[in-house]
Amino acid sequence: MEPLAKADITGGLQSRFGAGPRQATRDGTPTLWVAPALLHDVLRYLKDEADPAYPMLFDLTAIDERMRRHPDDGPQRDFSVVYHLMCLHAAEQIRLKVPLTGDPPSLPTVTDIWAAANWYEREAWDMFGIVFAGHPHPWRILLPPTWEGHPLRKDYPARATEMGTFSLPEGKQAAEQEALRFRPEDWGMARQSESAEFMFLNLGPNHPSVHGVFRVVLQLEGETIVDAVPDIGYHHRGAEKMGERQSWHTYIPYTDRVDYLGGVNNNLPYVLAVENLAGITVPPRAQVIRVMLVELFRIASHLVFYGTMAQDVGALSPVFYMFTDRERVFEIIEAICGARMHPGWFRIGGVAQDLPDGWDAMVRAFVEYLPPRLDEYEDLVLNNRLFKMRTQGVGAYDIDTAVAWGVTGPNLRACGLEWDLRKKRPYSGYDSFDFDIPTGSRGDCYDRTAVRAEEIRQSLRIVAQCLAGMPAGPYKSEHPLTTPPDKARTMHDIETLIDHFLNVSWGPVIPPGEALACVEATKGLNGYYLTSDGGTISYRTRIRTPSFPHLQMIPQMCRGHLLPDLIAILGSIDFVMADVDR
Amino acid sequence: MMAGLANVFGILLVLVITAALLTWVERRLLGLWQDRLGPNRVGPAGLLQVVADMIKILFKEDWVPPFADRIGFILAPAIVMAALLLGFAAIPVTPGIGVWPVDGVGLLFILAMISLSVYSTVLGGWASNNKYAILGSLRAVAQMLSYEVFLGLSLLGVVLQARSFDLRQIVAAQAGMWFVVPQFLGFLVFMTAGIAAIHRLPFDLPEAESELTAGFHTEYSGMKFGIFFIGEYVGIVLVSAMLATLFFGGWLGPVLPPLLWFLIKTGAFVAFFILLRAALPRPRYDQLMAFGWKLLLPLALLNLMVTAAVLLAF
Repeated sequence: MEPLAKADITGGLQSRFGAGPRQATRDGTPTLWVAPALLHDVLRYLKDEADPAYPMLFDLTAIDERMRRHPDDGPQRDFSVVYHLMCLHAAEQIRLKVPLTGDPPSLPTVTDIWAAANWYEREAWDMFGIVFAGHPHPWRILLPPTWEGHPLRKDYPARATEMGTFSLPEGKQAAEQEALRFRPEDWGMARQSESAEFMFLNLGPNHPSVHGVFRVVLQLEGETIVDAVPDIGYHHRGAEKMGERQSWHTYIPYTDRVDYLGGVNNNLPYVLAVENLAGITVPPRAQVIRVMLVELFRIASHLVFYGTMAQDVGALSPVFYMFTDRERVFEIIEAICGARMHPGWFRIGGVAQDLPDGWDAMVRAFVEYLPPRLDEYEDLVLNNRLFKMRTQGVGAYDIDTAVAWGVTGPNLRACGLEWDLRKKRPYSGYDSFDFDIPTGSRGDCYDRTAVRAEEIRQSLRIVAQCLAGMPAGPYKSEHPLTTPPDKARTMHDIETLIDHFLNVSWGPVIPPGEALACVEATKGLNGYYLTSDGGTISYRTRIRTPSFPHLQMIPQMCRGHLLPDLIAILGSIDFVMADVDR
Repeated sequence: MMAGLANVFGILLVLVITAALLTWVERRLLGLWQDRLGPNRVGPAGLLQVVADMIKILFKEDWVPPFADRIGFILAPAIVMAALLLGFAAIPVTPGIGVWPVDGVGLLFILAMISLSVYSTVLGGWASNNKYAILGSLRAVAQMLSYEVFLGLSLLGVVLQARSFDLRQIVAAQAGMWFVVPQFLGFLVFMTAGIAAIHRLPFDLPEAESELTAGFHTEYSGMKFGIFFIGEYVGIVLVSAMLATLFFGGWLGPVLPPLLWFLIKTGAFVAFFILLRAALPRPRYDQLMAFGWKLLLPLALLNLMVTAAVLLAF
């Protein structure tokens, strides 16, 4: 087995398997076309034998290629299925694309290589009608089982006005409700064991501890969880489809709503991907402003987690203290952005506005205010013996399991792996900041809480450094595709006036190509995989969210535990359903 | 006769009103401890919030879910209210105020009533025919069966020292020294078991709203829910009054009138229970059981044996 260096991994795959051709992409991710028949061998090789290996299935999605005006140089196809694999060692991805034709387009499942592929393949079936032969549960996942059509296909309408009127006669309502009934047999579950009859408990979609609209069906023996089936999709709003009808610029506010606690953590990967496609370099001041906002939102999001996690195990008070502190974060964010949870404040090429007068005093006051409060919370929550009893040893997994299931972010670091994209592959100038990566050791609910608690302190360190070293200069790039472009120069020459007019009225025209941008968001790796067809709107907007794979792992984490443990596990995962369902 | 009736209805009225007012007290105290306000709009300092809530809850539809067992469903809230109110009848508020000494075994009577109140939780959960309610009921049964054991055992030290089950005599026996000093272990065990018996956080597993939505009373609404709710507060007052009577000398105290002393001591425990709710997470069901059987039971037995030995020796 000759080891393949990173640079020639695609070349190695070509010579070894006859795969190909290679595709040049804007983001520089090694990209290779693989025929459906070769897929299994190539993936298995990359997962187990390649050096360095790619043990994580980072993302799996599809693209409807039938409406392309500027096709790339890849093979002829109607659909492409795209596999993003992650090499943790080098923090590098490889992209494999499978060309598909035929009706329905079909290829073999890879659930036998990565169990984590299960939900991703179901999503691709749901959204694109791509058949994954051999999939154990080839059903819809985000949409109800009664749904007709595959919404992310280009011939599926995106607006309500393009569809017929909706009506729900009684018969249809009854059928829809019946379709929601849980049948244990569908999931290979027995209704009874030799000694007892199991109870099937519907936890959700409305339940105080599922953090949104999320349903888990539990197979219980007494209060012991035998098995669980998570059911998602109740919060699905078609964020990816919206990306195909909003201009590159006007889509930014939609990203805020994906992980609605993360705020600009959603803007960042999106604008990074667009800037990559457009070839924009962001000026230093904009970079530092972005980092500061991102870290402030990380603090806000982690404070919500901290409080609700304590509440999930029965402590009623911490959440009030932490929401009070979060309010302080929002005061700063509101002063800077004018909005609180959904500022939509990053722009292609920079940020919306320069920082307001007096921002530094507010940030300084906050950086001094929070640490003593965090000490108190540590006594109140992390050092509380009851809290420890409830969370230590509950819902634990090891690094290998986490990687195989696509777990990222604090949930991965809680197992003891010091892996943070801000350090491993710094973006937006994170390499110039000094901060530590907190890790856990047991990967249980307690460690997941402790890691996040410490991350709040580290984020404060970064914010303090932003405060001390905020560079002067422009807050957005002078690149013509910056949206909206710098207004000041428009009165001096006709070219910039035209750019301004076009970018503001039509939106910028982004050159054809594709790019994936990832950031270490509050809950894990958040990635936007954008395909441009050379127009004013994205051809395909794929949002890879951290919460999606995290939820898929729930059955793995809760089997054999008690019902209250599941609540602790759900709390400790730190998900929001909008981030799962998009 | 008239004095007796005044006693009965006076205590009943004051108790029920106090229990209702406690909803306001709890919300205000929690607000204080959680850096927020709590209800402060209706009437002076929000006091009339209770009235507003009462009006609302009384005018709600008196609804029984079609899938529930009707009789059990209606009976359940009545049981907890009746049992705990009856239990209070044996509490001697002051030398002059108190309903009925129960022929010298008042303590046993109260314990019996507290035990009876668990039927309400069990019946309510069972009759609701709802999975969350059943799980809540199961927890209530297990919790009550375990904690009842040392609820009684922890008090035997007090009984031995006072040489009586009569609560007035127990109070009188504390004239020299409150029983909390010699019976400190018994006090701790009884307080813990008492919180478990009226299932308040951290022992609110039968309800555990973050796990079982509302546990045994998930299906309840309107006044039937209201009775469960008030019943819980009557329970808090009852256990607080017992703690004051058995370990803190009941109405005994210098300068202030006996009634005030009783109210101060009981009120302090009520506030303490609310503080517990503000401060602690909830243990798991198996941890609660282990805590009871492996720690509280031996402590209660130890307390009983040491007390008996000391009394025999001297």
